[in-house]
Amino acid sequence: MTAVIEVTGLTKRYGGLAVVDGISFHVDKGEIFGILGPNGAGKTTAVECLEGLRKRDDGDVRILGLDPRTDAHRLHQRIGVQLQETQLPEKLKVREALGLYASFYPNPADWRELLSRWGLADKAGTSFAKLSGGQKQRLFIALALVGNPEVVFLDELTAGLDPGARRATWDLISQVRALGVTVVLVSHFMDEVEELCDRVAILERGRIAALDTPAGLVDRAGGEYRVRFRPTVPLDEPSLAALPGVVSVTRRGAQVDISGTGDFASAVTAELARRQVIVADLRIEGRSLDSAYVALTGRTMDT
Amino acid sequence: MNGFGRLAFVETKLFLREKAATLAVFGLPVALVIGFGLIPGFGQPQKSLSDQIGTEYIASLGVAIVLATLGLNGVPMVIGQYRERGILRRLGVTPVRPLTLLVAKMAVWAASAILSVALVIAVVRIAFHVPTPAAPGWFALSVLLGIGSVFALGMVAAAAAPTARSAAGLGWLLFFPNMFLAGIYFPTEEMSSTMRQIGNFTPLGSALHAVRDSWMGLDPRPEYLGIMAAYAVILGALAVRFFRWEQA
Repeated sequence: MTAVIEVTGLTKRYGGLAVVDGISFHVDKGEIFGILGPNGAGKTTAVECLEGLRKRDDGDVRILGLDPRTDAHRLHQRIGVQLQETQLPEKLKVREALGLYASFYPNPADWRELLSRWGLADKAGTSFAKLSGGQKQRLFIALALVGNPEVVFLDELTAGLDPGARRATWDLISQVRALGVTVVLVSHFMDEVEELCDRVAILERGRIAALDTPAGLVDRAGGEYRVRFRPTVPLDEPSLAALPGVVSVTRRGAQVDISGTGDFASAVTAELARRQVIVADLRIEGRSLDSAYVALTGRTMDT
Repeated sequence: MNGFGRLAFVETKLFLREKAATLAVFGLPVALVIGFGLIPGFGQPQKSLSDQIGTEYIASLGVAIVLATLGLNGVPMVIGQYRERGILRRLGVTPVRPLTLLVAKMAVWAASAILSVALVIAVVRIAFHVPTPAAPGWFALSVLLGIGSVFALGMVAAAAAPTARSAAGLGWLLFFPNMFLAGIYFPTEEMSSTMRQIGNFTPLGSALHAVRDSWMGLDPRPEYLGIMAAYAVILGALAVRFFRWEQA
């Protein structure tokens, strides 16, 4: 694998305060690389230093061998970018926007094909102002791809999309990867990153708190599985607590929560069966990137 | 078509889609000269207007109004919006620079101003037999310098204002005093000499003087051309120096 993005000690300060504080990572060709973190963690600033939109204060960045600080023009011919919170002129039509942006690049994609792939074919003659939030977002993704880029930066890809449209967008991003395009995805959605990314950097207060595959992050965070149910007959809780692998048994009203490690869930269900306890609402909760995130950073995404 | 050509083409279409703006730029000056041109006796030289034909004077006002509308309303409002909506920022990550868009927009506006001036000349010539500008070279130079200086003033407003709303507001704040001092609400001939002096030193005021003089066949006084050139260069440099590409 060859690294198409190499970042070493990237630092960006505002008023003496390091918003991005010496982060290093690399992204291989064809990877989908996620940058995850709460608002204000420095994700967007970091990525904008990579895109050549902001000048870094320190460190080294190479995208496709080019330094965005000194070689932005050549870099911009080879990357595609979807920025957060941008608009287009209200009366610009979808087809005009794509045609216009296609004309900027030396080797553009067929924008008519992009129109249909991103479900905008019947909106080609519609003004930007008359598009729905989801349609605007899809147009921006199409604009990021219209130059046939080798690397695509997507900042909050599915912001403003409904759940169905998010799924559809994820599928299309997977197709983009299949073409050999490297994708950098900035997100604060766990499910999105878990679904799409090969590797993820968790950014916190301008530093990388963890960097691994989504599964690797979950493993690294360790933690427990949980079994939840409502017993229909009285339950002998101490005997459950004594089962191998069980860490704790707690009762919340009618509901029993058992957490543990390894294959404790099988032991619990076997024990319940042996005692002929019928349970309702049985749930087994696995570890997710969500809980891994909390374990690795010591806080939830919302704080 | 390259990036600039394509941008200019698209921006022309966007400009023509703004019905109110096109009406103000192309319709208003023509309506003005027709309205005044129909007044009996207005086709004669007017004593109160330094012996300029009334309709020719109104046509000169039309030229100045086009410059002010485009330069002091259009420029700050639209550039402010383009910045606030992130359109300039988005271009910053393409091979085309945001500056290219600004230049393309300026080119479209300048071309519209020239077209509107040509339309006014044609209308007063055909409908009211007003002679075309008697010193065409000076006239063209006056219009071009007028575009340069008034647009540069509008660009300073766009550069300095932090939001789209404040840019538009600043534009209006410049529009009325400039129109007033230039002698569009009432002729400079009727102003006190102090006010006339102040007016002469505004970009729009010197533009109107130079346009009137060259229409009558006089060489415009060099200070008018010099004032406009100085405004274009100094304000243009200020706008470039202080332009904000993105909303803070």
